[in-house]
Amino acid sequence: MPKVEINIDGVNVLVEEGTSILEAAKMVNVRIPTLCYHPDQAVKGSCRVCVVEVENQRNLVAACCTPVSKGMKIKTRSKKVREARRTILNLILADHNQECLACVRNGNCELQNLCMELNIRDTKLEKINKSLPIDNSNPSIVRDESKCIKCGRCITACHEVQGVGAIYNINRGSEMKISTPLNRKLSEVACVYCGQCINVCPVGAIYEKNDIDKVWDALEDGRKHVVVQIAPAIRVSLGEEFEQDPGSIVTGNIVAFLKRIGFNKVFDTNFTADLTIIEEGHELLHRLNNGGKLPMFTSCSPGWVRYIEYFYPELLDNVSSCKSPQQMFGALAKSYYAEKEGLDPKDVVVVSIMPCTAKKAEAVRKEMNDSGYQDVDIVLTTRELGRMIKESRIQINELEEENFDDPLGISTGAAAIFGATGGVMEAALRTVYEVVTKETLENIDFKDLRGLAGSKEATVNVGDLEVNVAVANGLENARKILDLVKEGKANYHFIEIMCCPGGCIGGGGQPIPGTNEVKEKRIEAIYNVDTLSELRKSHENPVVNILYEEFLKEPLGEKSHKLLHTHYHSRS
Amino acid sequence: MIGKDKLIETLINVQKNSKGHYISEDKLEEISKELGVSLSKVHGVASFYSMLSTKERGEYVVQICNSGPCYIQGANNIATIFEEELGIKMGEVTEDKKFSLEFTSCIGACDIAPAVKINNEVYGGLNKEKIRELVEMLRKEGN
Repeated sequence: MPKVEINIDGVNVLVEEGTSILEAAKMVNVRIPTLCYHPDQAVKGSCRVCVVEVENQRNLVAACCTPVSKGMKIKTRSKKVREARRTILNLILADHNQECLACVRNGNCELQNLCMELNIRDTKLEKINKSLPIDNSNPSIVRDESKCIKCGRCITACHEVQGVGAIYNINRGSEMKISTPLNRKLSEVACVYCGQCINVCPVGAIYEKNDIDKVWDALEDGRKHVVVQIAPAIRVSLGEEFEQDPGSIVTGNIVAFLKRIGFNKVFDTNFTADLTIIEEGHELLHRLNNGGKLPMFTSCSPGWVRYIEYFYPELLDNVSSCKSPQQMFGALAKSYYAEKEGLDPKDVVVVSIMPCTAKKAEAVRKEMNDSGYQDVDIVLTTRELGRMIKESRIQINELEEENFDDPLGISTGAAAIFGATGGVMEAALRTVYEVVTKETLENIDFKDLRGLAGSKEATVNVGDLEVNVAVANGLENARKILDLVKEGKANYHFIEIMCCPGGCIGGGGQPIPGTNEVKEKRIEAIYNVDTLSELRKSHENPVVNILYEEFLKEPLGEKSHKLLHTHYHSRS
Repeated sequence: MIGKDKLIETLINVQKNSKGHYISEDKLEEISKELGVSLSKVHGVASFYSMLSTKERGEYVVQICNSGPCYIQGANNIATIFEEELGIKMGEVTEDKKFSLEFTSCIGACDIAPAVKINNEVYGGLNKEKIRELVEMLRKEGN
């Protein structure tokens, strides 16, 4: 691209032709305010907050969607620009429910920040904001239309990233709003509860259902034995809620906090991630050796499971029957662990900390009660854990790090990487290779399967077997693979699918913002956790081996089938 | 199979063939399945264009233009007269399902503002007298 010289606020700068004014301004250290713009989405140009003045042009232009041209003279902070931006914000505020003090996004709201930064001191316009019913019809996601500023980011996430299409803009002009089809409740439409809409919402119009008080209540109930598990992705992202850099590893601080507020045991979902590898690895081998349905899909991601149940039910037999690590944990906590500790499972409360909103819905699936009780009782997102820590007033950054409890707190590096796209596949290959060949796998890093690319593939020689694997993250990427499988054009044996872009580290319950830039740092941290682990293969987890000796007996055995495997049903 | 890009044509055709000049919820769902377009998008598009309706309308759909020129020429007044003549409010359908009232965006009849579009006919230069005659005529025509 040829370069052109332009002038921004009196400073000359050479930029590539076609660069937006927004990007060009960054080169002269000016950050033009934005609202509908999101770095990982196509430019929309709908909110107009980024307007600037261009010499010899009658109207202000939106910086996000106006490319620079030779000799352009741009003013980003003239009186005309400042007044226009204030008017635009005032118009948005006139139709925004300004209960900021009680809003879930108070302190982390892009509209609030803009009002502060652009010196909004009075909101003179008549309020036309209607108090609308809040949709909290489902276990995962709450929608509050009175806060919506109609930027359309959630629609992009739902349609273009996830290919689900549970919400869209209806009506036009001032009547336009973001809605489910036919104004139905979210629980009545094909929504997978992935929460990607939440992650891109600039305000508090969409958020997870709040389950924090249920956890406090359980902890204060003297009759209950309350245990907690934390998912692999939490330890590399929670720090962001406490001013730490993305990618900070805060495992020991989280464990210390959870012990301090009174959990009887602090366990690790990574333990059952290792267990998942043993069960799922053997399931794959069983399918390969007995003419079972192939390719086999992973089943850890509940948003993905809901997706296939809604949109590709004809392929449900290809989904591994393994429960997700969260659910395996719940079933074991109320059977094996309760038995070992002499506890009545009815008194055991299982809390999960997950990067995910769909996990809340997974926990209440009817079939998830193989221990005789609901396997997982309460699910909190990473953000909710952050709020709980703040409410407790405990300074988590200052706590001395502590270790997970035995026995369900022991895990390997293979389990840690479940949190990043490609991780489950990599962990499975490390184990399947050694189980089949009885040889040590020397190079255990499957780097082709790592990273933010939407889909990845590899062929791995496992003894005499050539295993073709694929990995997809984000449901629109999954759909492309599903179509190939449906048409018989795919020759894969094993496919990992994660609902959220980047895998669980990009989950719908993660700290906001979770842009690709942030996700890359979280992924890097996940692989650091792996590299720093003493054991890096699931089948080397000593406690998993004890669990089989003492309780489960063998992979895919009778007890495993009862407690650790499940079934799916069509929702189409 | 009809392609995803035929959404608007399909919506228009379905409406054309419906007695109440609208696209019912059942039809929206059917179109979503047939075209492989999410129901939210089908509903979104159907609700965006004022020529399309997802609510049942009358045999005669009276669309009063309220874009700039017609608005200045008293579109709101025209609306009130229609409301009185038909005994319904804007957005409603008469009990005998003969007439429904709604606003529309510009119908390209600015030269004869204030104007209305009733089914495929455009009537302009409206006043109370003309509206009365028009309604009378349509009532007879329908019988």
